[in-house]
Amino acid sequence: MRSSNPHIIVIGAGFTGCATAHDLALRGFRVTVLERGDIANGTSGRTHGLLHSGARYCVTDQDAAIECIEENILFRKIAAQCIEYNGGLFVALDEEDEAYGTRFEQGAQKCGIPIERLTGNQARKKEPNLTPKTRLAYSVPDGVFDPLRLAMAFAATAKKNGAEFLTYHEVTGFDFDGKGNIREVSAINRHTNEKIKFTADMVINATGAWAGLVARLAGVTVDVIPTPGVMVCYDQRLVQRVINRLCEPDDGDILIPQRRMVVIGTTSFEVEDVDYIPVTPAQVELMHQKAAELVPAVAATHQRGAYMSARPLIGSTTLGRSLSRTFKCYHHQETDGIGGLVTITGGKATTCRVMAEKTVDLVCNLMGVSRSCETREVVLDSYRDYYTHS
Amino acid sequence: MNQPLWKITVNVLRQKGPTDKPHFQSFPLEIHPDEYVLDAIEKIWAFQDRSLTFRHACHHATCGACGMRVNGKEKLTCITSLHTVVKNNGVLKIEPLRNFPVLSDLVVDMGHLYRQTEEADFQQVVPLEAAQLPYEITPNRTPNEPYERLVDCIECGLCVSACPAAFTSTDYRGPAALAAIQQGIAFAPNEVLFDLADHENGVWRCHSAFECTEVCPSNVDPGWRIMNLRRRVIHHRISRVFKKSQKVSRP
Repeated sequence: MRSSNPHIIVIGAGFTGCATAHDLALRGFRVTVLERGDIANGTSGRTHGLLHSGARYCVTDQDAAIECIEENILFRKIAAQCIEYNGGLFVALDEEDEAYGTRFEQGAQKCGIPIERLTGNQARKKEPNLTPKTRLAYSVPDGVFDPLRLAMAFAATAKKNGAEFLTYHEVTGFDFDGKGNIREVSAINRHTNEKIKFTADMVINATGAWAGLVARLAGVTVDVIPTPGVMVCYDQRLVQRVINRLCEPDDGDILIPQRRMVVIGTTSFEVEDVDYIPVTPAQVELMHQKAAELVPAVAATHQRGAYMSARPLIGSTTLGRSLSRTFKCYHHQETDGIGGLVTITGGKATTCRVMAEKTVDLVCNLMGVSRSCETREVVLDSYRDYYTHS
Repeated sequence: MNQPLWKITVNVLRQKGPTDKPHFQSFPLEIHPDEYVLDAIEKIWAFQDRSLTFRHACHHATCGACGMRVNGKEKLTCITSLHTVVKNNGVLKIEPLRNFPVLSDLVVDMGHLYRQTEEADFQQVVPLEAAQLPYEITPNRTPNEPYERLVDCIECGLCVSACPAAFTSTDYRGPAALAAIQQGIAFAPNEVLFDLADHENGVWRCHSAFECTEVCPSNVDPGWRIMNLRRRVIHHRISRVFKKSQKVSRP
């Protein structure tokens, strides 16, 4: 029975790939995930771990903000196992920030994000390490997740429902039938250097910032711009909540507590080679200075590490940060005349579930399968079951 | 960044497939001394040898994927600066973790450890107070609200790799899982956890070498936790005997 169901190959086991495999498996598809490294070894693993309340975008990008708050609420239900739910603060340090507060309040209200206005003193009672220059603050329902474990929780649940995860399997090419439809995916098992071919009824390219490179293997182009940002990690948990500067999203305006640490983010620039992005000391220094404005104790705290993460921003010719953070799904039959291939890219960790939902809706539509999405209700299995479900 | 790049040699233990004989391969590398060991490995993969396999995800010590042996010592490679483990013109030796099956090159199968922590019902998110070690001095700027946080143990397996007792038996629960059991019992004691701990492959196989605590990159202090767990197990045994005799003596 099961073997007669359509076979879908998902390329990439980051948040998008794992969430897509989970959704597909729940809807009864046969699923094989091919990932060239391990779970979440690209952009997903390297995220700062902020579960957005949407407040960060409630003025500049309300579509993204609404998506974020909806998913934030859902994640509390389905993925509480690896999320710190301590909320967040947006902090005003000068007149300009304070003035932004009015637009922020209106934006949050319009997007349905519950916020509370606090005086500087009230905010510093909640977060004693906040700068005494704090004029006012808004509390928001931000959270912080463990990146690897969130991806593994989706993968574990997908596996329980029959999905197969082949990590260290790098896709090397596609074979077509005579009519321009993809029929086979070639891959190499990087553990053994064996070459393997997989037949597929449909292929989903969920490789994020690498989506353009994988699409190129099929002879199509995907307009995704790898847009890295630097993150700096400190050795002490200086705050319990996510601390944001009350202003339009900018460099170094966010501190994210995680375990015993605090992570400072981030910058935004564009690169060509996404496989190796060096960390530049100037950016690290900028993060350090900006974060110390919000939490002065940062200046005296030991730096634990610094790293780069390449967001997959959907591109045109405009600059990185002003692009919408929402995702895009390409059905290559429509855009390029290549059948059996769908690319999903863009988005953010917080919205990976809804990205998967929309992609699998499209796949169902294309394959004539009528089964609705269940991922809003299904509580994810323990991330460790990734290793127990065979 | 004005510092010139260092020239180092990285010797990586390679193995393709379970039957391949492990062998060292040398890679010359020019790299900044402030970069991390994981950056060096990623750079070798990106520019010299695409067949090199290694585990990594978060690059900031929260996920536990990138544990390796660096010059014979277990390290979380994403936060190990090169200048702390090698000199200019020096040699860096990179091997996979011990006491785990090698899948290829630097990739080991972490399944055993994850299954053990799952059996211990290890909670990753706990109330803030429960996430601290009991002997730690709490910072004086404590928040006045109930908060929660992800615990310190990131299941990286460094402790298991360094443990001399884990080397003697594959059935040993190992320091990470025992630390997880200790955390569970300290939080909410229960019989299942006591049975896992009070066993020849539980707390009693530990040789008190404290290598686990030595290599732990994340303040878990498994050595201390195992000793603490032993005391709790003994107390539990005594109280169990006491409860039984009470039942018997009562008509």
